Amino acid sequence: MSKNGVVHKRHSVLAVDGTRVAGVQSRMEEELLLEALRWMVKSRLYDQRVIALQRQGQFGVYSPGMGQEASIIGSAMAVDPARDWMVPQYRELMATVHHGLPLEVISAQYLGKIGPARIPEGVKVLPTQVSIAAQLPHATGLAWGLRLRGEDAVVLAYVGEGGSSEGDFHEALNLAGVTKAPVVFFMQNNQWAISTSRRVQSATPSFALRAAGYGFEGIEVDGNDVMAVYDVVGTAVERARAGDGPTLIEAVTYRMSFHNTTDNPSLYQDPEEYQEAHRRDPIERVQKYLAGLGLWDQSRETNLTEELRQEIETALEAAVAAPLPSPRDLFDNIYEHPPERVLRQRAELLDGQP
Amino acid sequence: MPERNIVEAINNALTEEMERDPRVMVLGLDVGKLGGVFRTTSGLVERFGGARVVDTPLAEASIIGASLGLALAGMVPVAEIQFLGFSAQGFHQIGPQLGKYRQRSRGRYHCQVTIRAPFGGGIRSPEFHSDAVEAQFVQTPGIKIVMPSNPYDAKGLLVEAIRDPDPVLFCEPDRLYRLGRSEVPDGAYTVPFGKAALARKGEQITLVAWSAAVELCLRAAKQLDDEGISASVLDLRTLVPLDVETLCGEVAKTRRCVVVHEAPLSAGFGAEVAATLMEQLFYDLDAPVARVAAYDVPYPPSSLEDYYLPSVERIVAAVRKTLES
Repeated sequence: MSKNGVVHKRHSVLAVDGTRVAGVQSRMEEELLLEALRWMVKSRLYDQRVIALQRQGQFGVYSPGMGQEASIIGSAMAVDPARDWMVPQYRELMATVHHGLPLEVISAQYLGKIGPARIPEGVKVLPTQVSIAAQLPHATGLAWGLRLRGEDAVVLAYVGEGGSSEGDFHEALNLAGVTKAPVVFFMQNNQWAISTSRRVQSATPSFALRAAGYGFEGIEVDGNDVMAVYDVVGTAVERARAGDGPTLIEAVTYRMSFHNTTDNPSLYQDPEEYQEAHRRDPIERVQKYLAGLGLWDQSRETNLTEELRQEIETALEAAVAAPLPSPRDLFDNIYEHPPERVLRQRAELLDGQP
Repeated sequence: MPERNIVEAINNALTEEMERDPRVMVLGLDVGKLGGVFRTTSGLVERFGGARVVDTPLAEASIIGASLGLALAGMVPVAEIQFLGFSAQGFHQIGPQLGKYRQRSRGRYHCQVTIRAPFGGGIRSPEFHSDAVEAQFVQTPGIKIVMPSNPYDAKGLLVEAIRDPDPVLFCEPDRLYRLGRSEVPDGAYTVPFGKAALARKGEQITLVAWSAAVELCLRAAKQLDDEGISASVLDLRTLVPLDVETLCGEVAKTRRCVVVHEAPLSAGFGAEVAATLMEQLFYDLDAPVARVAAYDVPYPPSSLEDYYLPSVERIVAAVRKTLES
């Protein structure tokens, strides 16, 4: 339909009530959908568990992905961990886990660990990025470089709608268009940048429209519809791999929780809007649909929850048990050949240690 | 042995490194057919092709940020920022990203990236072309800062920078680009980082400088010589790493020091040099360390730059005063 005279259409496969949108095919059928559901539930359970830990002072400042699980998991499932790269912002933690980053490693990062929080060799994930949109030029360069190196890899880069206001967003997408880099820019439009609403962020009727200015395709998708997300990202990945360049995907979703554990959305969020978001819950929608197919019921849900809780506890226990950094770690991993002056400072600190 | 000016020395270093290692690539504004606004990349696109010599969109943050990503993919990018003053539009990608990437990835990733950037005053450039902002990057650990002053060092330090596994900011003195030729051998050689060089040997005072200010100090030393004052000139070559040993060793010999730089006085790298000498050499000094720098005002229109920049006259005056105390 038309908004402000610009034509665009939001892709959707699974409606809010858990019924299929008529006439729309999906490449995510029952088996994959059950796998997606498992990951989405894992994401939510992990969020709930570590928020509880943070409230007890046992976990770092944390930004949950609650409400955005379809975007997070649907996108991650559309790339190949064996050859493709993932460039996160920070609100898609379970996507990086799906891509091979062990849950105990990412948990260790939030516990201030150093060595145990290192991304293992072979896991094609870049570190989470707190400087908003600064990862996007890296993603473009990485994709461009992989192509120069003759690899058939694709880069999946995450950002939020707030990040689209940054200069790095513009520069990265522009350069990706010019170089035809094999990168998919996946924007989670969760309507909020801390307390700044999407309406304040931009006057554009659709963030996906921005892609036109860079000479490639922009697609808007229901970000609470895991099947639709999987489909549009999958198509974009195929295009990128075939040498047809980047795609911008705007996954329209809603942040059903706070910005992070220091935030208080009751100061700025309309409670009705929040209720409406719950009605659109991405997990319930899948459960309803699968229940209709006879593939989901209460006992399966109970079993899955129990199994995932155990998995999460095991990962968290490993992260807690991993050693805390020592002062030595302060000077490690800065330079391969540290300047003399830095080595002297290191000796000064370490000589003062018992 | 062939003689080259700084432009030719840099071009020679880039050519030989691209020849040696197919991962080395050059990217930036106008680096292709034009050969760069100073022609430092002249002939490279014809020789190595458009995939390895890339004219980018006009956007400093993405030139630097994409170089980080290219390095993660296994390329060895040499990015050109057309003038160091424009690094402000990519500043967040230099220190906070390139400089921190090894640390923030807990050592999983490193960034073999060289950023080349001409800078410096005295050539009547437009706004933002001349600013000596090198000290800003000293406050972003993780970045090495290289400031060659002559053709031989320009080649050897650039080869060292390209081969360094960590990010290097390589600042080129545009005023000296074509000032004169000196011996620059064919074939790869490196000048190590963190080794200051005595550009002139003297007895009574040591002038400490880097980049184009070295040439200024050499002129001042010549004039002082005519007055019967014998001055050493020490070229730091790199600010990070800083060669504390040679700095202190040379100043200990003359017991007096004047630091000269094109950046504004306050919190310029001269302050770091003076503080280091105070810490290490206080009882060996016969006079306070003096500084000759640009004034603490924004870079002026070029019609005023001769009053703003350090000059031979100001250096000579500072030397006389230091010798009197």
